[in-house]
Amino acid sequence: MVVKVYGPEYASTKRVILALVEMGIDYEVVKVDLFKGEHKTPEFLKLQPFGVVPVVQDGDYTLYESRAIIRYYAEKYKSELLGKTIEERGLVEQWLEIEAHNFHPLVYDLVVQVLFNPKLGIPTNLERVKEDDEKLARVLDVYEERLSQSKYLVGDSFTLADLSHIPFTQFLGSLGKEHLLRDRKHVSAWWDDISSRPSWKKVHELYPAPI
Amino acid sequence: MAAPAPVKVYGPPLSTAVARVLATLLEKNVQFQLLPVNMAKGEHKKPEYLKIQPFGQVPAFEDESITLFESRAISKYVCDKYANQGNKGLFGTNPLEKASIDQWLEAEGQNFHPPSSVLVFQLAFAPRMKIKQDENLIKLNEAKLAKVLDVYERRLGESRYLAGDEFTLADLSHLPNTQYLVNGTTVAELFTSRKNVERWWDEISSRESWKEVVEMQRSPPSRNE
Repeated sequence: MVVKVYGPEYASTKRVILALVEMGIDYEVVKVDLFKGEHKTPEFLKLQPFGVVPVVQDGDYTLYESRAIIRYYAEKYKSELLGKTIEERGLVEQWLEIEAHNFHPLVYDLVVQVLFNPKLGIPTNLERVKEDDEKLARVLDVYEERLSQSKYLVGDSFTLADLSHIPFTQFLGSLGKEHLLRDRKHVSAWWDDISSRPSWKKVHELYPAPI
Repeated sequence: MAAPAPVKVYGPPLSTAVARVLATLLEKNVQFQLLPVNMAKGEHKKPEYLKIQPFGQVPAFEDESITLFESRAISKYVCDKYANQGNKGLFGTNPLEKASIDQWLEAEGQNFHPPSSVLVFQLAFAPRMKIKQDENLIKLNEAKLAKVLDVYERRLGESRYLAGDEFTLADLSHLPNTQYLVNGTTVAELFTSRKNVERWWDEISSRESWKEVVEMQRSPPSRNE
């Protein structure tokens, strides 16, 4: 039975597909058109009651929240993407949380403000874009310090902590915010490294973003 | 005199994120020291603290093998490291259970936490700090939280707790924000008007571990030199 992944065109879903490709796990995709409201139909809400993508179906088992999904598969297949010891695991979890709570909300808001809202006829809130930019710069200063101490966020191996950043960071170029990465030597090198992984090139090309 | 516990938690127990870690440690019967961080005096932004939490937030956590931050990561680490003591099912006993708990932890972090933490700040902290409340922000986040709680109401009609029939880290993670909102704010009714949510809240908030955290919030330790 192959894992079914819903909503492949969207960045949160790409977090899942990227992890599956990294681990060599077979999957198939089911498209969900958010612009047509396909994520709010009763059938979809049965799978994901919060009405967002992604959600996966693995036989009888349904799981949602991309970061929960990637942890599940990494744990199931005893992948080193979760670290090799309990302590490394702790650090992977720490940086996954930083990504989720300190990094993601800012990049996500920028994507919504600068890329999505104009397409939906909503004016971009320039004040908020400026605030997000400044806050993101402070966050990336901490990343710069961290990445001057080790090649990846957790030591010298690529883990889920790095992976989790990839799909949304990819948008920074289209937002005109790539300078946030390029102004920081170690963040810049880290980004070049993780974004040139064959797995990401494959996922990025197979499922182009809707915008 | 007994040696001090190797586990250290930094931060005020009134902080929702600190309370999350304290609840986990208590559920797992792990001895710890709670070290105050005076946020009113900006201690969390000073170089000494930034060494252990570079984002200048609370809590931070230390044991004999690691320094960690982010309350949900700390809680999971505590569950993994102390798997064989205290509440053994807190983070599941097999990968499927763990993933379901993880799913609801993410739902808490991504869906419940954003609106509820804005409301905690606006309704519980801003008045104490003499900061003017933002009525629009309160209205917006009340509406968001109501939608999230509708999903919870349905879920908690299907199972006793969020991830199944046992109390887990997923339920625990909701305790700190809800404690503030249900006790003396205008949005308490969001929880008490939903039958299953109210039942669930009554059960999880009457656990001994949570009562102890609430006690600690009422009488926080002071630094003794």
